[in-house]
Amino acid sequence: MSKTRRDFLKIAGISALGLGCSALPAAASEEGLAAAPAADAPAADTMNPHALTATRWGMAIFTRKIKGPEHFKQIISACHSYHNVPKIPKHKNEIKWIWEDSFEHTFTEKESHYLAEDVKMMDFLLLCNHCDNPPCVRVCPTKATFKRDWDGIVMMDMHRCIGCRFCMAACPYGSRSFNFGDPRPYIKELNPDYPTRMRGVVEKCDFCVERLAQGMMPACVEASEGALVFGDLDDPNSDVRKALRENFSIRRKTSLGTQPSVYYII
Amino acid sequence: MLEKALKGSPGYWIWLFVLAGIASVGMLVYVVQLNMGLKLTGMSRDVSWGFYIAQLTYLVGVAASAVMLVLPAYFHHYKAFKKIIILGEFLAIASVAMCILFVVVDLGQPQRLFNVVLHPTPNSVLFWDMVVLNVYMYLNLFIGWVSLECERNRVDPPSWLKYFIWLSIIWAFSIHTVTAFLYAGLPGRHYWLTAIMAARFLASAFASGPAILLLLVFLLQKLTKFRAGTEAIMSVAKIITYAMCVNIFFYLLEMFTSFYSSIPGHKSPIIYLFSGLDGYNQWVPYMWVAVITAAISLVLLIPAKIRDNHKVLPWALMLLVIATYIDKGIGLIVGGFTPTPFETVTEYVPTIPELTITIGIYAIGAIILTILWKIAIEVKRDLGTLDKEPPKFKKLYVEDLQYSEDYH
Repeated sequence: MSKTRRDFLKIAGISALGLGCSALPAAASEEGLAAAPAADAPAADTMNPHALTATRWGMAIFTRKIKGPEHFKQIISACHSYHNVPKIPKHKNEIKWIWEDSFEHTFTEKESHYLAEDVKMMDFLLLCNHCDNPPCVRVCPTKATFKRDWDGIVMMDMHRCIGCRFCMAACPYGSRSFNFGDPRPYIKELNPDYPTRMRGVVEKCDFCVERLAQGMMPACVEASEGALVFGDLDDPNSDVRKALRENFSIRRKTSLGTQPSVYYII
Repeated sequence: MLEKALKGSPGYWIWLFVLAGIASVGMLVYVVQLNMGLKLTGMSRDVSWGFYIAQLTYLVGVAASAVMLVLPAYFHHYKAFKKIIILGEFLAIASVAMCILFVVVDLGQPQRLFNVVLHPTPNSVLFWDMVVLNVYMYLNLFIGWVSLECERNRVDPPSWLKYFIWLSIIWAFSIHTVTAFLYAGLPGRHYWLTAIMAARFLASAFASGPAILLLLVFLLQKLTKFRAGTEAIMSVAKIITYAMCVNIFFYLLEMFTSFYSSIPGHKSPIIYLFSGLDGYNQWVPYMWVAVITAAISLVLLIPAKIRDNHKVLPWALMLLVIATYIDKGIGLIVGGFTPTPFETVTEYVPTIPELTITIGIYAIGAIILTILWKIAIEVKRDLGTLDKEPPKFKKLYVEDLQYSEDYH
């Protein structure tokens, strides 16, 4: 069958119409609260069938379920040993993805002269907040720090990072660390399943994207014995939404408008 | 014209070799930093920018000296500056080159520098800063070279050059504005999160840049027969005085907002700088030195009688440079990072390797400046205009960009 010029135009016209329509749902979903997975999400057939997916990953921390220093250590070392985070003794150059600090240092905006005794004595877990409007992503000159549109995780491309540390200046939560020197000598036990870093790049918590992709919960959540709840903030039936619905929670420095995805249930 | 830099007195060569020696020491230490990483510096997780970025911030201002000469000359037809414009343009080239070098030595992975070009990111101010700094450097190099070449050949500069000159005037404002935006848009840093940051950058730049230029011109007049012209020096001094007054006024505006509102986050960086916070106070003496030197410089600059005395003027300018350097070169960076996001204090002290690399880069800047100024001076010597005073109160029209006989 020979194709005439008319046939060609018909096909071209229909294709153009189709292209135009396919953009419509994407535009419509921006209006809705629960955004549909963006077009740049990985195709389903390229992913592990057991992969955990969400449209907005988030975490709720039951601060009172964490029982003392041993429990903190368990959570922190689960993350740090899994991700080959070096233990550098000098405070100046230390690397940390998740760590603990006092109420006053964690919630600087929520100052009180008469803080409840037990809260005053308590420590809180700090990590990257995976903000909706991350200032670190805004300032990065190479897109080495970027936000995945389809699940809200703020990630680092260690091979792209030039080490300008603009993201560290921009992050209001002090969640980023810089490899001032070679981190490898400071890794006690190497986890061969996760890469180590080189000097001169910034790193931070990535909500264990690589574990989620294999169908596992983040290392800290797994080690927390129920104190950390992780899930889809866009799904009203998720564990994390249930926890937030039933408990009073706060977030760090909300006045800055970054919209952190880590909630603290006090 | 480069060959003009190849002939000089023994003093010229000794000076260049000394600079080259200092620059090589700096480069050697930089090689060590490349191999060991930025742990050689005093920077930390909490104070992630230090002395290198502070130099960038200050030198962006020095690049401003050119525009303060070019603008009156080409927008207001003020001819007295015609003779020193080329010196200002060449100083701008040297300082922007140093700015770029300071950005490079501050990178953790400098070999990936071109990622900024390979993955252009318009939402990052650093991307735009790279664009404006580079374009400003090449604009000045181009304009300076073409006009000097024309001066040497005793022909009028081509008329199309004026478009580049106009562009360079507007562009100069962009380098300060964009560099200020590096700081002014960061949500968690109260000391920087202020709308007047860009205006403060401009005011401080228009005071410190021409002050350094004038000091270098005084030095040049001592070393060579070059004469900038009394009127030019007096006019630049006047510009410096106004800019410094505006600079201090802007700083006082910050003080008012912080202390009258009495919001702790806005007050604490200033308290840290001027009286110390939580027992940490190492920068306090420096900040007070800045206050005192700024005050004395204004006392010496504002009364016309003292300002026009060329024995006092260099001292007043030196004090002004010290004041602006401490404020913008040190205070701005340290104050921005202190207190930390956790409302704690981590003190920053530059280390010896950091200082050595910094001095090395200044030496490279001085080499660039020496060679460029040497060429400019030799051209003027050949023309016989080196020690001639530029004519007084003659207007220069950019439309015809002509050199009249009396100017030569």
